[in-house]
Amino acid sequence: METNEMRHAIVKLLQSNARMSAREIADRLSMQEAEVTSLVTAMERDGTILGYCAMVNTDAMDDDETRAIIEVEVQPERDGGFDRVARTIGRFREVQAVYLVSGRYDLRLEITGQSLREIAFFVASKLAPIDGVKSTATHFLLKKYKEAGFMLDKEEEYARLKVSP
Amino acid sequence: MRDLKFPRDRVAAHISALPRSGIRDFFDIVCTMDDVISLGIGEPDFVTPWRIREATIYALDKGHTNYTSNLGMLALRQACCRYVADHFGPSFNPETECIITVGVSEALDLVLRALLNPGDEVIYHEPCYVSYMPSIKMAHAVPVAVATTAEQGFRIQPEQIEAAVTPKTKVLLLNYPNNPTGGNLSWDDKVAIAAIAMKHDLVVVSDEIYVELTYAAPSPSIATVPGMEDRTVFLHGFSKAYAMTGYRIGYACGPRDVIEAMMKIHQYSMLCACGFAQEAALEAFTGAFSEMEIMREEYRQRRNVITKRLNEMGLTCRLPEGAFYVFPSIEKTGLSAYDFAMRLLAEKRVAVVPGTAFGPCGEGHARCSYATSLEEIETAMSRIDEFLKEL
Repeated sequence: METNEMRHAIVKLLQSNARMSAREIADRLSMQEAEVTSLVTAMERDGTILGYCAMVNTDAMDDDETRAIIEVEVQPERDGGFDRVARTIGRFREVQAVYLVSGRYDLRLEITGQSLREIAFFVASKLAPIDGVKSTATHFLLKKYKEAGFMLDKEEEYARLKVSP
Repeated sequence: MRDLKFPRDRVAAHISALPRSGIRDFFDIVCTMDDVISLGIGEPDFVTPWRIREATIYALDKGHTNYTSNLGMLALRQACCRYVADHFGPSFNPETECIITVGVSEALDLVLRALLNPGDEVIYHEPCYVSYMPSIKMAHAVPVAVATTAEQGFRIQPEQIEAAVTPKTKVLLLNYPNNPTGGNLSWDDKVAIAAIAMKHDLVVVSDEIYVELTYAAPSPSIATVPGMEDRTVFLHGFSKAYAMTGYRIGYACGPRDVIEAMMKIHQYSMLCACGFAQEAALEAFTGAFSEMEIMREEYRQRRNVITKRLNEMGLTCRLPEGAFYVFPSIEKTGLSAYDFAMRLLAEKRVAVVPGTAFGPCGEGHARCSYATSLEEIETAMSRIDEFLKEL
């Protein structure tokens, strides 16, 4: 495998399971463990790998975290288009994700807060007044069915025959 | 008490004479045990991709619960022939040279019964899938097994075929990528084998059920060797690559006269393969190729891990080239294949299939399937390691 191929293969495995050990990655890809470790470290340093986080079914926990998807219409600027507004929005801790999207609106945000009220307050006091933001539409998340490739309701496993030809 | 010997032996002599499958015996024991990690499973651990299952439901929803043409839905035959031509080389006419069957198992039974007269000989290689010898005998023909070895990568050697040919030889049965060994043939192997088939006027039946699960670039089918198009029957199906074992959909592509003969048997015995399962198979062609590639990549990685672990323990094996089995040598334990499998099961609750289930030359080997999660594979490997240390 070329280095670039290795990097892709490693990232793919870490995206499926961020806790996969360097040894398992090495064995799966027929590489040396040290080689995997050094490539992962290099990718952490150069910003290819930004971090590792757990996929959590928040419904299974007792906290009342509230999430919302917010559509934002933005007046693009002659220099930089949507970049300045997007970066300004992205700096707020509450904002988990900022995407420029095609279609009816321009920026799609994912926001988390302690309550409905907190998010509503954030939109009114921080987001809407930003220079260039023309309008916002807030959609509170009511129930999650699938996230990051994981179905939240586990399907019942169907047992195969224990030995077959 | 009734005496079963009286008034006569009711079971046909050639069926009475068939041995029970070695896998069957083993299965009966495993089923009585808990906490078994099974590396004995010859089917994918993935559930059928949802888009295929969804197409099945849609077919039922529309009420497509009828017979189809004996040969199978034309749309599916067209898709099969296009797929075979695009991926494996040979080109067949969907109207006359393709039949949809109830799994490759039925296709194999049909082709043998269609081709063989009593006493005709069939050359095949062992270790091999458990049904080959019985299927040949059920067609009243004579099985002629050729032993392949680990040193040769379990590839049947042209000289072996040449030595086994007699005036009665009619069929050469090949299965590459191979269950249980993971061996595969190169293009040069195929050319050399084809030359012998042509020289002795043999029909080659090529069971290529695992062909998608090839981990290096696969070579084209032996049917594409010039001169072989009219003497090769290509068998394939959806079970392994698309995780559709329970759908029971396979197909055979071959010369018109052979397919016509197979169709006669199929028509009178099976009528047709399940209609909505055929519609599901069609969906596999339409949109599940990328899902198959994801499964193949996972098998590839598990293969790398299991092969490394087994070799580290001294259960030597080559890196399998295809399918999802590894066939390590257990000779260093000094145990027979059967004892190894039985003791490993009893003492460490790991099920592997003794190599002898796939022919006598499988002695000294065990088949381990990696169609199971890597987590289970790792646990099984640790248990095997303990077992070896305690021997």
